[in-house]
Amino acid sequence: METASIQFEPFAEDALLLRFDHRIDAAINARVHAAVATLRRDLPLLECVPAYASVLLRFDPLAWRDANTADPHQALERAVRSALGATGTPLRAPRERDIPVCYGGTHGPDLADVAQHLGLTIDDVIARHVTADYRVAMLGFAPGFPYLLGLDPTLAMPRRRDPRQRVPAGSVAIGGGQTGIYPDQLPGGWQLIGRTPLRLFDAAATPPSLLGAGDRVRFRAIDEDEFRHLEAEQRA
Amino acid sequence: MSVTVLKPGLLSTVQDGGRPGHAAVGVGRAGAMDVPAWRLANALAGNRGDEAALECTLLGPTLRFERAAWIALTGAPIQAHVGEVTLPPWTACHLPAGSVLQLGGMAVGCRSYLAVRGGFDVPPVLGSRSSDLHARLGHEAGRALQAGDMLPIGPGAPRGPDTTQSVHAACWGLDPQPWFDFALEPITLLRGSHWSQLDEASQQRLHGARFGIGKDSNRTASRLDGQTLQLRAPLELISEAALPGTVQLPPSGQPIVLTAEAPVTGGYPRIGQVAAVDLPRFAQRRPGDAVCFRHGSLEDAIARLATRERALDRLLKHVAQRLQQDGCTNA
Repeated sequence: METASIQFEPFAEDALLLRFDHRIDAAINARVHAAVATLRRDLPLLECVPAYASVLLRFDPLAWRDANTADPHQALERAVRSALGATGTPLRAPRERDIPVCYGGTHGPDLADVAQHLGLTIDDVIARHVTADYRVAMLGFAPGFPYLLGLDPTLAMPRRRDPRQRVPAGSVAIGGGQTGIYPDQLPGGWQLIGRTPLRLFDAAATPPSLLGAGDRVRFRAIDEDEFRHLEAEQRA
Repeated sequence: MSVTVLKPGLLSTVQDGGRPGHAAVGVGRAGAMDVPAWRLANALAGNRGDEAALECTLLGPTLRFERAAWIALTGAPIQAHVGEVTLPPWTACHLPAGSVLQLGGMAVGCRSYLAVRGGFDVPPVLGSRSSDLHARLGHEAGRALQAGDMLPIGPGAPRGPDTTQSVHAACWGLDPQPWFDFALEPITLLRGSHWSQLDEASQQRLHGARFGIGKDSNRTASRLDGQTLQLRAPLELISEAALPGTVQLPPSGQPIVLTAEAPVTGGYPRIGQVAAVDLPRFAQRRPGDAVCFRHGSLEDAIARLATRERALDRLLKHVAQRLQQDGCTNA
């Protein structure tokens, strides 16, 4: 990986930020995930926290020293540039996840409004939402909440003026040019278009989050019967 | 062996060192707000180190100990009674079975730690017993204590017949002075990524002017009152990492200092980062308290952190040795 363009910025005593860019962009985000995969393999003692166009590295500043410098951030920057700069780094293909979604009705109370606002039919909105190929840009906001890149730009939709106090767990939503899934009952201002019966976050499971940053995601439309069937399966 | 919560206090939570390693899936560390106080409470109670303790906020809980226990209180000095007996802070205390420990208010500071030998043994979640109220993880899906809660105590509680029927405190305790900021000294701030985007007057106000801790402060963040800060020009940012200690500037111009339950990402400009060594002192500021910041370099902050860690390690060892000499440990 070319590393000259990456900015390294000390963030805290035990944290160094790697900034790839200042934009939300699928290609930049893919570089973030490639860097994280390499760093997790080559520098396993670091904790890597990916975001859209940056990665935060957390480390023990009292342990990171090298022969050239007493400055742990500089020592770490050198190690990271060396790891990322090595050529021929084989990377695994991203994991793919299929997310079943029951669109509209009680599961997607904003779907009709979204269609009307965009001048599309409800079926158009669903078709465009299931056709796209998404990547998990990062997780945040709440445990297991994926920010997905890849939304058809014709489905971009402003957030609601009055955010809901309680969005049901599993709600699939559009916020601006992004789409996401609420892993738990949470407050939220995104437009709810459907709901998945899958459990996105379970602290007792290994791993606890169904999705990881960098995963590929596809949505699949299901009907109410299948929703109930899958929901019962998840509970079992 | 367990402890029953008779009154929950204002906001009492089970806390340990938190759950590092899960930020990539949106789970922050949480854990004790004043980490050295939590560690010293454990040491005084005769624990090895990372057992869960109770973090009490402003007004402590009332608890009944079903069996005899060794306990210790650290952090903000808190009123503590068992019946007529007043318990000294920063001191190992023995409670006989059936004791009702009444924790009251704190004249200064915001958070006290109650450790019990054996630790509060609630089921760990992702490797930690810490209650993360924001992410809803930990004891009873991440909530504060409620009346009626039964908190199990881990192995290590006093064994054998309970020969003492009275409450008693060890004849020695720790000096809280190095570990509690009675004087509300300035808090060291490292420059954040967007500090240079503040206008000149705001840069000066940030380092030197007096702020107040906002009323709506909690374990996630404290809003700073009294001054507003401005950027030279509005910034449109995409979400990047956030950490405990990160000072954000939302459009209102009132800075927010993120604390233990900080979200793992944020989209506001980051104008500063509280030095890690000063985070425990910041955690002890209560709503209405004054806070001033002074600029510090990363190098100095790391050096001060290293010095603090060495002093803390020495003290923890010393406490363990002293307890052993006293015959206060089971090992």
